Amino acid sequence: MAETFLLEIVTPYRRLFSKEVEEMSAPGALGEFGVLAGHTPLVTILTAGVLAYKKGAESGRIAIGKGYAEVTHTRTTILVDNAEADTEIDIQTARDALQKAEDMMRGLDPDAPDYKAAQEAFELAEARIAVKEKQGK
Amino acid sequence: MPSLRDIKRRIKSVKNTRQITKAMKMVSAAKLKKAQDDINAARPYAEKMLDFVNSLASKTTGTPHPLMSSRAEVKNLGVLLLTSDRGLCGGFNTAMLRAAESFLREHREAKISLGLIGKRGMEYFKRREITVINSRPAGSGRPDYAAAAASAEEMMRLFTGGELDEVYVIYSEFKSVINQKPVVHKLLPITPPAPEKAAEGEGAAKDLSAQPEIPVIYEPSVDAVLSGLLPKYVEIQLFRAMLESSASEHGARMTSMDSASKNASEMIGSLTLKYNRLRQAAITKELMEIIGGAEALK
Repeated sequence: MAETFLLEIVTPYRRLFSKEVEEMSAPGALGEFGVLAGHTPLVTILTAGVLAYKKGAESGRIAIGKGYAEVTHTRTTILVDNAEADTEIDIQTARDALQKAEDMMRGLDPDAPDYKAAQEAFELAEARIAVKEKQGK
Repeated sequence: MPSLRDIKRRIKSVKNTRQITKAMKMVSAAKLKKAQDDINAARPYAEKMLDFVNSLASKTTGTPHPLMSSRAEVKNLGVLLLTSDRGLCGGFNTAMLRAAESFLREHREAKISLGLIGKRGMEYFKRREITVINSRPAGSGRPDYAAAAASAEEMMRLFTGGELDEVYVIYSEFKSVINQKPVVHKLLPITPPAPEKAAEGEGAAKDLSAQPEIPVIYEPSVDAVLSGLLPKYVEIQLFRAMLESSASEHGARMTSMDSASKNASEMIGSLTLKYNRLRQAAITKELMEIIGGAEALK
């Protein structure tokens, strides 16, 4: 059996996930990165996207918002604003949110402070849909 | 001397009041439970955040981050005061406002700008001569992280812009259902590790020193991570203060509604006693009259 490490996902509202996993991948600021047990210590910025983990035959995907990841040999902690497991996502709500964010971005000047917020909402909605659609197949 | 009917009416109205206070107590109890769960749920995030900031703060070199540098001269103070939107929660808001007033008295020489969260605080300071930079209701239901983030951002903007030299938050710490204490907490500049945390960190470092220490990689860079992290840290601190304040409010309301219900029950008891006595007196009086009348007819 492959070595495992503890993956923890926490948001300001709750601790979403805390389990031993074999591997995980997450969207970092410098691109997607993967973690196996015994990874060298790393702290990185995360962008909104899809976090995937695997343990044996069991695997899962979680939509995450912006945040941070701290990786040590035995444990990976994900600190994010938002995180939702695939079972919690409502595809229709996510699509509506995506549409709304897109409309907002279109109506705004890219330098406006709201533009960034809209873009973040857009990315998060995109991640949610990605998680849901993959799971449906 | 109130008549029988008056007393009956009185009893009925007190009973109604008791029903309301009882219901409010029950609602507060449920909300308090939720608020306590929220505090517990936010704890892992907040603690992890603190760890991050502590370990990162010691690694940065050169000039400290703008959010961490303290000013030599503190002239302009920002104070965020958390109160509740609604009353009927015992001494909760009074305690908060008193804490704010005493803070204002202590820092009389500085220019203070207030940020108010909660309608009670807004109403109180509306007629007082003090600069209010932003105010908004606390909102019903659970505190919202986005709201905390917005307030925190506003404060950080003023702080980095040089308009404020220090920012404090006054909130009510939830110790237990019957014990809530107003606390003044310094939000900005971010003060590096708390003493006991630092001591702990040293202990941990000694344990680690047995093994060769592997340098941590920071992506994209230490400064980039830190400058993104610090605002988040301020946000989570304010969010936690809001959660504590909300739990305190519900706790205070629960205890005050509990004693209100008790008082109402007591009042109903004494009124019922009075009512029965009066009724008895009336019956006795009538009986005497009938007997007297019968005697007279003999």
